[in-house]
Amino acid sequence: MKNILQFLEKSAIMHPDKIIFADADTSVSYSEFLETAQAIGTAIAQQGIRNRPVAVLMPRCVQALTAMMGVVYSGNFYVVIDSEMPQARVGKIFQTLQPAAVILPKDWQEERAAWAPEISFLAYETCSCSDSDSVLLEQIRRSMVDTDPLYALFTSGSTGNPKGAVLSHKNVIAYSKWFIDAFGITENTVFANQTPFYFSMSVSDLYATMRAGATLHIIPKSLFSFPVKLIEFLNQRTVNTIYWVPSALCIVANWKVLDYVMPTHLKKVLFAGEVMPVRQLNYWMDKLPDAMFANLFGPTETTDICTYYVVNRRFADTDTLPIGRACDNCSVFIIGEDGKEAPAGTEGELYVRGPFVGMGYYNDPEKTAAAFVQNPLQSSYPERVYKTGDLVRENEVGELLYISRKDFQIKHMGYRIELSEIEAAAGAIPEITACAAVYDGERDRILLIYQGKRLEDASLCQALAQRLPAYMMPSRFIRVKAMPYNQNGKIDRAWLGKNYSTLESESAPAPIS
Amino acid sequence: MEELLEILENLKPGVDFPAQTDLIEDHILDSMSVVMLVGELNDAFDIEITPVDVVPENFKTVDAIYAMIQRLSDD
Repeated sequence: MKNILQFLEKSAIMHPDKIIFADADTSVSYSEFLETAQAIGTAIAQQGIRNRPVAVLMPRCVQALTAMMGVVYSGNFYVVIDSEMPQARVGKIFQTLQPAAVILPKDWQEERAAWAPEISFLAYETCSCSDSDSVLLEQIRRSMVDTDPLYALFTSGSTGNPKGAVLSHKNVIAYSKWFIDAFGITENTVFANQTPFYFSMSVSDLYATMRAGATLHIIPKSLFSFPVKLIEFLNQRTVNTIYWVPSALCIVANWKVLDYVMPTHLKKVLFAGEVMPVRQLNYWMDKLPDAMFANLFGPTETTDICTYYVVNRRFADTDTLPIGRACDNCSVFIIGEDGKEAPAGTEGELYVRGPFVGMGYYNDPEKTAAAFVQNPLQSSYPERVYKTGDLVRENEVGELLYISRKDFQIKHMGYRIELSEIEAAAGAIPEITACAAVYDGERDRILLIYQGKRLEDASLCQALAQRLPAYMMPSRFIRVKAMPYNQNGKIDRAWLGKNYSTLESESAPAPIS
Repeated sequence: MEELLEILENLKPGVDFPAQTDLIEDHILDSMSVVMLVGELNDAFDIEITPVDVVPENFKTVDAIYAMIQRLSDD
């Protein structure tokens, strides 16, 4: 196995007529999907480009996936761009990426092509109708190796310049093996995808589907406004496995939707991307006592995940879920402040080793060298490991606990404080449906921004005082009508960090993204 | 009705709400704005909008939202 398309081809031989991907309006079988991807691959390959980035600028639909695999057939790698992203940010990405081509819907061709006249913009409709050239595709395949890039994913860098993590076929082959084994993904699995294709979590559902011969349904984003409809959608599509961000699961829990309608086929509930509040998890677990729940953890740079925890016991609302242990064929270790392995139980930075670790950042040797480093625990042979920038420690039973981002840890009144601990305490208050703690460094104070029923500051303090030491007590509580969420569906901490003073002065509702 | 229009205009300034025929299909009310709107309506009209009420039909037009408020206030 050297190329992820071999999964697709194998599954297409086994179940040619089975639905591989579906969205609100369309569905496509394995054999149809394969044929169209090959046609697109031929059209791109005929441009004479190899191992270059090809941007996929498509709405979130089945055709976007076909375009992505078409790029892979062409011997290039894909970069999915959020179709709603403002031109300025796309421009920044293109500056770093220098895409060899962009594939997009015909309707958008004229307008978007003006964004970057030097790049060739190919219409999806034209590429997908071209004749596929099996000799050419075969030739490309022969020349490829498993360390060729498969995709690059752009994440926002702290400096505001997006950085593009490059992942290879080899990364995804190793990663998806773990994923399907760990969660028992088979041809009977039916996924409902929540995460956008420019977000690393979608790599899991997408490649697990292709590898196992499963089916994936793309959930229309609007259904998250109408939670009963969302569950009805899961039932209509007989969805048995979901892998969502916790904020999406919390929508269902906060509305108590499962009191009204049950997802009758759902057996596996997986989540990652942010901290899952235990109170909302408990709601799900009470309603689906026989389902598997798992907390997955990892960055884009390790394909998607490096550690995971299958929930095997009940937690109090005030507890924090462990992030568990390293995935199979992946290894993690903790480095303390002194640069040595942290003694058992003490906190340090999480490092990741093994085949899930990506290739680096595209056209960015500096950032690559800072995060992808020689294994600090051995110097006898070259071994690149990834520094996650996440602080963790091990509990008594050897499970890892996530503490915070290294750069989020704050010092307040001389104490080292994890904002996530404040959030866990506040999240356990029944009236609060979502919250985020923000640190105002200028004035050395902690603010708690929450969504839910309005509470008197005094009663909030009283509730928190039972769980937090005095020095961790927020000095200001701001209620918002709705938390701001970013494009991935996670609480938008970056926005809150910049705008808390506006929220504070106006007590204005959060913006609509 | 005026109170409702005021809430909607605060939520999405510059939209001529009474003229709209489908707030959902036309993406005027997106995922977050529905959550916010429900919170506002619950507070302003002292009603409890439950998940069963949160369906596109009840949010399609100003009249549909108003009808839902009326119905829930009667209960």
